[in-house]
Amino acid sequence: MAERQYDWAAIAKNPKFIELTHKKTAFLFGWWIFSTAYYFLLPIGAAYAPGLFKIKIIGVINFGYIFALSQFFVSWGLALYYAHVANKDFDRLTRELVEELHLS
Amino acid sequence: MTFKKLIISITLSVSIAAAAFAAEPTKATVTPASTPAVAAPAAPSAPAMSVQGAIAPTAAVAPAPVKQRQLKANKVVTLSMFAVIIGITLSVVIWAAKQTKTAADFYAAGGGITGTQNGWAIAGDYMSAASFLGISGLISLYGYDGFMYSVGWLVAYITVLLIVAEPCRNAGKYTLGDILSFRTNPKPVRALAALSTVAVSTFYLTAQMVGAGKLMALLVGVPYKTAIIGVGILMVGYVVFGGMTATTWVQIIKAGLLMSGATLLSVLVMAKAGFNPIHFFDMIVNSPDIQDHVSKLMLKDGINISGTSAGQRFLEPGLFLKNPLDQISLGMALVLGTAGMPHILMRFFTVPTAQAARKSVIVAMFIIGTFYVLTTLLGFGAAISLTPQGIISVDPGGNMATLMLAEQLGADIAPIIGDLFLAFLCSVAFATILAVVSGLVLAASAAIAHDIYVNVIKDGHADQHEQVMAARITSVVVGAVGIIIGLLAEKANVAHLVALAFAVAASGNLPVVVLSLFWRKFNTAGVVSGLVVGTIASIGLVMVSPNMTYPKVVAAGAKKVVVAMEKKQAELPAGEMLSEKDTKALAKARIDELKDGTSMMGLDKPLFKLKNPGIVSIPLGFIAAILGCLLFPNKRSEDMFDEVYVRQNTGLGMAKAVEH
Repeated sequence: MAERQYDWAAIAKNPKFIELTHKKTAFLFGWWIFSTAYYFLLPIGAAYAPGLFKIKIIGVINFGYIFALSQFFVSWGLALYYAHVANKDFDRLTRELVEELHLS
Repeated sequence: MTFKKLIISITLSVSIAAAAFAAEPTKATVTPASTPAVAAPAAPSAPAMSVQGAIAPTAAVAPAPVKQRQLKANKVVTLSMFAVIIGITLSVVIWAAKQTKTAADFYAAGGGITGTQNGWAIAGDYMSAASFLGISGLISLYGYDGFMYSVGWLVAYITVLLIVAEPCRNAGKYTLGDILSFRTNPKPVRALAALSTVAVSTFYLTAQMVGAGKLMALLVGVPYKTAIIGVGILMVGYVVFGGMTATTWVQIIKAGLLMSGATLLSVLVMAKAGFNPIHFFDMIVNSPDIQDHVSKLMLKDGINISGTSAGQRFLEPGLFLKNPLDQISLGMALVLGTAGMPHILMRFFTVPTAQAARKSVIVAMFIIGTFYVLTTLLGFGAAISLTPQGIISVDPGGNMATLMLAEQLGADIAPIIGDLFLAFLCSVAFATILAVVSGLVLAASAAIAHDIYVNVIKDGHADQHEQVMAARITSVVVGAVGIIIGLLAEKANVAHLVALAFAVAASGNLPVVVLSLFWRKFNTAGVVSGLVVGTIASIGLVMVSPNMTYPKVVAAGAKKVVVAMEKKQAELPAGEMLSEKDTKALAKARIDELKDGTSMMGLDKPLFKLKNPGIVSIPLGFIAAILGCLLFPNKRSEDMFDEVYVRQNTGLGMAKAVEH
């Protein structure tokens, strides 16, 4: 089967495509910056705010331990949130765009 | 077909011969030798060891009764379990070989892997013996710092998930070269991308091979060379006959074994604490052995603490990772490098859609994250049950902590269970090595066969049969080279090579991948300058970093030990001698003291102070890639951006992995 020919420049100007990429870019880069900043707080905090990391929260378990553990939950939470948004929004917009192109 | 059968039978007979040969030597005992490649990458295993010689029990702290331990794996049980793993994986290979007919089958398993399967395979591809043994060892000896170290390995997947996985699935086909050559001059770009892939994979592979050899020698007494050849032949067998399908399933099996082992062991650890996390942490803080161990560590920095405050210190940062800048630099290499690793990128071409690629990263994140959280339990559990002193007496880097823990907790139930459990974990380590090296060989072979042979030399004109044949021959060659490097590098210091692989991936590969997917002005000049500058900067900085051996620095350190030991000897009551350990340290220091000369690069001391080059080389890679494009703009590349951007976002016109 020959590959279907698309007018890429026209698709790039399609309002649906622009809406999709604007939404995606804002979400992806925004949350990437958030998660990276949150991660680097760990080595930076451990080095420059050891007093904070020593504060005991539950029994002998201190802030540092909970903060390091929170990194795992923040990463997992972000992954699930992204899956939710992508399934609901990005995939729907993509589907609508592809359907519109195949109809015309 | 006869060729295949011949090679399979050779592979089988060699592995059986290796096993039989291995049964000959004396029972394996673990001596206090470090296993460099197993040490977590970039974890300064050298300091950990030099700490050894320097911790001389001083008068202030009563010397702890160091339990001299040995770790003995029951050879019959362990080798039978190895045989079972080899048997299962080889049947997978025979099954996969029947389905591997086209280049798409060979490189991408025909695009027929599901998201969940791929998630397990990514986890299996990623979690090396360093994660499995090294990080729990670090936690068992240095507490909190080991845990903190493990975090970056998971957070790295956020970059993979948000930035590269789906666009790469949509815009790529089999290799890094496919993504980069889309709107650039394909020949130079493919050749460079292949070189970079081969470089990254070789660094990583060398570390894995040397680690595998030492680990097998330590665990089951297989001689180093036999272990390298055995592992090498298996890895070549998996890749040559089963291609991506076999590699994927070996990785899935390994990830399953690893997770079951870690879960089972964690349950036993938590059972000791009555499944009460608060009680578990109380046990750490109140362990006299841990308190004593921390007191000695702190004493080196001139700080005197003891009792529960020393125990509490084990849960606080700074016992191991003393240079925050190096930590941040490693963190950058992990967060950006994982997403630029060719063998990880390649995994996304095995799933049919971007949605499946997304799902596979999320599944992998849950497996990898759970594994690291369990690793904390194993590391702290080992510190409680075995004592840091006991762990150090077996391996100064702590790499044997998990295995010792398995033996001990099993033996607490019944001695035979201890043997079985240890043998099981040894085979998990074995499967881990096989899965990781196979993925690397496949990635390197794909770069050479698909990018250089098919697309550069043959201009893309090669039929399916020729492509698969080229891929198979390349895999044999890559595997053979891997074995030879492994054999030659036995005595080499390879601990920094994994960190170097991540640094090259982060500084060379990632900038050009991201810019080619997201930046209109990106072009051939950018790929070339980004890849070249990023790669050379990382390698160059490591060559002049503290990772290399500087004889004059070694001699200066040894001089200090000699002075300290002589002072100690002088302080001892007349007639008493230094302990055996101190005497040995002194003898070694006297030899080292005479060392002179320069490092490989002709330097007296490191020019670059950090072990991890990322903090400098990553910005350089990005700047070079951007400057290259701005200096040499290309209209065609800019015009084609619309196509790349639409493709990577929507998956329209996606290269179908199935091309029968």
